[in-house]
Amino acid sequence: MTDLVYLSKLKTLTEIHEIFDLYDSMERKNIMLSFKGEMSTELLTSILQIIENKLDRFGETSRVKKRMFNIMVECLQNLHHHIAKPDSCDEKDTPSVIVMVAKNVTGYSIITGNFVEGNEVSQLQNRLEEINSMNKDEIKELYKSVLANGEMSEKGGGGLGMIDIARKSGEKLDFGFIPFGENKSFFSLNVKVK
Amino acid sequence: MNSISIEGTPKTPTVKFDDQSSTLVIRGRSIPENSIDFYKPLIDWLESYAGNSEPALILNMELEYFNTSSSKCILDVFKKMEGIAKKGKEVSVKWYYEEDDEDMLEAGEDYDAIIDIDFEMIKVEEV
Repeated sequence: MTDLVYLSKLKTLTEIHEIFDLYDSMERKNIMLSFKGEMSTELLTSILQIIENKLDRFGETSRVKKRMFNIMVECLQNLHHHIAKPDSCDEKDTPSVIVMVAKNVTGYSIITGNFVEGNEVSQLQNRLEEINSMNKDEIKELYKSVLANGEMSEKGGGGLGMIDIARKSGEKLDFGFIPFGENKSFFSLNVKVK
Repeated sequence: MNSISIEGTPKTPTVKFDDQSSTLVIRGRSIPENSIDFYKPLIDWLESYAGNSEPALILNMELEYFNTSSSKCILDVFKKMEGIAKKGKEVSVKWYYEEDDEDMLEAGEDYDAIIDIDFEMIKVEEV
């Protein structure tokens, strides 16, 4: 069989390759769900539904399903509430985020990316490094102490989200910041679930 | 006695009070984005319960999931229960968890450690 490449116009060859490369790269990274765009309540519900159905199909244990669901809820609600707009983003628009869920040999990865304000970076980074320096019991104690004494933010989270994510994951949080424009950073988080 | 009944949704739990058995049930998923709005009527109801003539209140927590936004509100529910106990009423909390859900068991133990009411941990096959 010949290598058949059919294109309506030759000039779209590069574009077609770009789309394929994007697909191929995701396929090789075992991405089972990927989304880039504005996060909304409706989308959040849909993504959770899709992941729940997939985990059911894979025959995952109820424990993995619950951990995945819990961590997905926290990650997606974080994306919904705590995002900055990049300078290129129009004031009236909601900024884009990226969400990917990958299945690998050892378990799953929940990967998110979003913009944060430059002045929020150090606080977030410190919090995440603090969590990463702790063992399971210390994370449990931190959770209890923030729950019992922490102030409630207006969105209701009160800083428990990341602690809960780390606690349920049981793995170190994989995260990074890339400075973007004048005073924004792109924050990425990779949470592993086994 | 004023009752309370809130139908569950995919993101919010069912809340029901049975005045025959003085039992308040919170059942299902609690993952609303704004938990304060959802829990306000329940907190108000518990506030008014403290002043009524009922001798007891049993709270059955039968949660499948809850998000961290709900966790503070759930703590507030238990704090109101403490207040009810201080009024001399008999108060107890039954915390249900599925047999393989150690996260939910631990979550119950966390509240038990913070709150001055005895929790009964009840293992079930399915919440």
